[in-house]
Amino acid sequence: MPYDNHIAITPELVADHGLKPDVFEKILALIGRQPTYTELGIFSAMWNEHCSYKSSKKWLKTLPTSGPRVIQGPGENAGVVDIGDGQAVVFKMESHNHPSFIEPYQGAGTGMGGILRDVFTMGARPVAAMNALRFGAPDHEKTRHLVSGVVAGIGGYGNAFGVPTVGGEVEFDPRYNGNILVNAFAAGLADTDKIFYSKAEGVGLPVVYLGAKTGRDGVGGATMASAEFGDDIDEKRPTVQVGDPFTEKRLLEACLELMATGAVIAIQDMGAAGLTCSAVEMGAKGDLGIELNLDMVPVRETEMTPYEMMLSESQERMLMVLHPEKEAEARAVFQKWELDFATVGKTTDDLRFRVLWHGEEVANLPIKDLGDEAPEYDRPWTEPTRPAPLAANDVPQMDVADALIQLMGSHQIASRRWVYEQYDTLIGGNSLQRPGGDAGVIRVDGHPTKALAFSSDVTPRYCEADPFEGGKQAVAECWRNLTATGAEPLAATDNLNFGNPERPEIMGQLVGAIKGIGEACRVLGFPIVSGNVSLYNETNGQGILPTPTIGGVGLLDDWSQMSRVGFAAPGQVILLVGAPPSRGTHLGQSIYLRDLFGRADGAPPKVDLAHEKRTGDFVRGLIRSGVATAVHDLSDGGLGIGLAEMAIASGIGAEIVDLSDQDPILQYFAEDQGRYLVTVSLDPQGKELAALWDEAQRLGIFAPWIGSTGGTALVLGSARPVPVADLRNAHESWFPAFMQGQQADNAGH
Amino acid sequence: MKAAVIIFPGLNRDRDMVAALTKISGRAPATVWHGERDLPEADLIVIPGGFSYGDYLRCGAIAARSPIMDAVRERAADGVKVLGVCNGFQILTEAGLLPGALMRNTSLKFVCREVKLQVTNADTPFTRLYEQDQVVRCPVAHHDGNYFADPQTIARLEGNGQVAFRYAEGTNPNGSINDIAGILNENKNVLGLMPHPENLIEPAHGGNDGRALFASALDLVA
Repeated sequence: MPYDNHIAITPELVADHGLKPDVFEKILALIGRQPTYTELGIFSAMWNEHCSYKSSKKWLKTLPTSGPRVIQGPGENAGVVDIGDGQAVVFKMESHNHPSFIEPYQGAGTGMGGILRDVFTMGARPVAAMNALRFGAPDHEKTRHLVSGVVAGIGGYGNAFGVPTVGGEVEFDPRYNGNILVNAFAAGLADTDKIFYSKAEGVGLPVVYLGAKTGRDGVGGATMASAEFGDDIDEKRPTVQVGDPFTEKRLLEACLELMATGAVIAIQDMGAAGLTCSAVEMGAKGDLGIELNLDMVPVRETEMTPYEMMLSESQERMLMVLHPEKEAEARAVFQKWELDFATVGKTTDDLRFRVLWHGEEVANLPIKDLGDEAPEYDRPWTEPTRPAPLAANDVPQMDVADALIQLMGSHQIASRRWVYEQYDTLIGGNSLQRPGGDAGVIRVDGHPTKALAFSSDVTPRYCEADPFEGGKQAVAECWRNLTATGAEPLAATDNLNFGNPERPEIMGQLVGAIKGIGEACRVLGFPIVSGNVSLYNETNGQGILPTPTIGGVGLLDDWSQMSRVGFAAPGQVILLVGAPPSRGTHLGQSIYLRDLFGRADGAPPKVDLAHEKRTGDFVRGLIRSGVATAVHDLSDGGLGIGLAEMAIASGIGAEIVDLSDQDPILQYFAEDQGRYLVTVSLDPQGKELAALWDEAQRLGIFAPWIGSTGGTALVLGSARPVPVADLRNAHESWFPAFMQGQQADNAGH
Repeated sequence: MKAAVIIFPGLNRDRDMVAALTKISGRAPATVWHGERDLPEADLIVIPGGFSYGDYLRCGAIAARSPIMDAVRERAADGVKVLGVCNGFQILTEAGLLPGALMRNTSLKFVCREVKLQVTNADTPFTRLYEQDQVVRCPVAHHDGNYFADPQTIARLEGNGQVAFRYAEGTNPNGSINDIAGILNENKNVLGLMPHPENLIEPAHGGNDGRALFASALDLVA
C-alpha cells in the first residue's frame, strides 16, 4: 500500500498520538496548516512528557546544578564532574518503567543499554552501573515474574556489555503492583578535554547514522511512556524495544575509536523517539536546521514508512555530525566493528527540520519549537496533606530480639544477594566494594590511589507522607552512604518517578519533592548534574508511591583509607555518631511500624541538613585520619538493623548497653536521620577517645559510646542475645525462598 | 616470556586480562584481532572472557571458526601454552582444542561470586607454583559454565591428570560434572577454566590467589 503522508488528521488520530486538543491547537498555530501524518508523529514524539519534560521543567529549573567541579549539568546526555588529574566522571540515571512492566527482560535490558549509551556518547568508557528497582507486593501474582525478568534482563545486557554493577536498591510495595520502577544508573570516565556534546556546529556538514539498522520495534515508545496504563496493557508489548548488547559493545568500542580520530563534531544517541529526537536535538542546540534523507537510512525491514522510520526506537544507534574530510577514516572504524555507517543528511542554515523520502518532502517543521522551545506547562498543584505525628506515648511493644530477627528476614531488609549475584560485579578488575555495603566503590583505573563511590537512594514511604521531607531525605541518605565509605560526595543525578501530573495532588508531590531535593542539595553542596522524569506511573487511576531516586557519586583520594560496613575486630568501641541524646526518638513511617504492625502512620523523620552536613564531615574526617575501623549509616530499621548488618558482614557480634531512660523500641528501631555507627580501636578511658569527644562536642555532635564489638551474638541491651549466625540465616533466606515460591516473609504486610 | 591476547568482538574481560598480564610480567602482551591469520611470537597465548559474538548460536561457536584460530591450533600443536578463561574456555572446546562442552548453569542464571578451587594437578606449566591439592579463592562470572563430557572422556581426563582445577568445599556454582572448573589437553599445554584468576591478583582485589597461575605460565618465580 502506498504511503499516504496527507491522510486526514482527525481528532481521534490526534488523541491516539497522546496530544491533547490544546496542544494540537498550538501545533496548528505554530505551522499555520494541518500537519502531515509524519509531522504528527514527530510532534507526538517531541512534545510528549518523556522527551520534553513539559510538566516538570518549571520546577527542575529550581534545582542547584552548578558547582566548582561541575563541567556539564543537566541538558546533555549525562552530567560531567571534574575528579582532578584531567579526568571527569560522566553519569546519569534513567527510568525504563513502562516497558519493563510490559516485557520485563527486554524492557530492563534496553534500559541498561540506553543509560550506557548516554554515558559513552559523551566520550566516557562506562566503569560502573547501579539499578534501583521497585516491585509490587511480594504476594502479588505478577511480582516474581517481574523480579525474575527484570534482574535477568539487566544482567543479560550489562554482563555482556561488560560493566560492573556496584550497587542499587530493590524494594516491594503494593503501590507498585501495576507500575514497577526500573531506574538504571551508569557512570563512565573520560578526559576533561575529550568530552563530546550533542550541539551541532557548521552548515552543510554530513549527518551520519551509525550502529544497528532501523526496524519497526518501539514505534511510539516515548508516547506510551507518557500515558497511564489501563487494562489493555498486553496490547502495548509491540512498543517495547529489543536489545542487542553485542552490538552495543561494538558501538562503544567503535565510538571511542572514532572520537580518538578527531572526526566527531557532535554526537547524540538515538534513545526515546529515535531518529526524530536525536536529529532535532543536535540541530536545535546548535541553532541549525537538519535535512534528513530517509532513503539513506539502513533498515532491517522492507517497506518501512517515513512515519515508522522517524519514530522507531530500535536500539544501539547513534547520530553524528562529522568533519567531512575525516569521513573515510570514520567509515573504516565502523567497518572494522561490522556496524552500519551511512550519511543520511546534512546541517542547514534555515532552522527547519526537513525530512525527505522517495523525492517527497514528508515533513518540514521549525526545529527550535520542536526542540528546546517545546511548550511548558505550569500545572496546577495542591500542597499535600501531611499525616499527624505519632503521639509520644504511641510505641507499640514487641520483644526486641524477635523484632530484630523478623525484620532481618523481611522483604524490606533481607539480603539482595539473589539479585546481585546475577550481575557481574567485578568485571574491569577495579571493584573495591561490591553490592551489599553502604556504597559501591570503583578504583579509578590508572591512578594509584583514587576511587569513586556510588549510591542510589530514596525512601518512597517518607515521600508519600511528606514529599518535601522525603525529597530531602533521599538526597541526605545518598550523601550519607557515600560519606560512610570515606568519600567526598561530588554530585548527583535524579530520577523522578511519579503518577499522573494532571492530578493536582500528584503534581503537588512532584513539586514538594523537587523543593526538598533542591534544599538538601544546596545545603550539602551536592548539585544535580543530570536526571530523568518518569510521570504517568499509574494504573486504572492508582498512582505509585512518589519515588524521586537519587544517584550520587563521591570521590576518595586514597582508597586504602576507605571504610567498610563489617566490624573490623572484636573488642572495639562502637560510637553512635550524630544521635540525639536518647539515641532514637522517631517511629513515624518506620519499617518497625509498617512491617511488624501493619501501620503506615505518623510523619516521616525530619532531616536537619546543617546537622547532617556537620556529622557527615566529622565521620569522613574519622575515616580519612584512620581512626574509624568500620562505618555504617543508619536508615531503614534504625540502630538494631544497622548493628546486625555490621555483625553479619564480619561474623563478629556486639554487646550494646541500654539507656535506662529510653524505651528500647525507640532506641533500636527509631529512624532518626543523620546517624552513623562508627567503630574505633581506641582505649575507652584513653586520651584519644576523649579528644574525639571534645571535637564532636565542639561541633555540636553527640557521639555516645553505646557498646563494644565481640562474641558471636548481637546483644541489644537486656534483650535475648541473637547469634550472628541466626541473623545471617534470616537475612539470606528470604529472597531465595520468595523466588522459589515459598512465602517466607516473617514480617506481616 | 611473551604473551599474546586474542580479541574477538564481544569479549569484555580482555582489558582485565591485559592488565593482569602487564602487572604480573611487567610487560604488556601483544593483542591480536580475530581477523588476523598470523600470531606474533609468543610463549603464552590467551583467549580472555566475555561474550564473543554475543554468545549467539552457542557460546564460543562463532569465535572458534575465526581465521586466527587456525594459527592458535598450529601453535598449540607445537607445544606453545594456550590459556582460555571463561568464554575463552568455551571457545577452546568449540575449536576442538579441549574435549567436552560447557552447558548452561543448572540454576539457569548468570552467577558472579567467589568460589574455592582445589588445584587438582600442580604438575603442569600453569599450576606449578601452587601446591598439589591447595585450595585457593577465585571469582566466577558466567552463565554457561556447567562442564560436561561423556563418561569415557571424563575417565580419561581424570586418569591422565588433565583436570587442573576443581570447585572445592561445596562451592560448585554451575553443576559441572565432577566439580570440574578447568581442564588441560593431553600434552598439558592448553588450559581452559571458567573462573577468573585475572580478577584476583592484587590487594585491591582483596587477594592474589590468581597470580600464581599467570606466574607459572609466564615462567616467573613466585
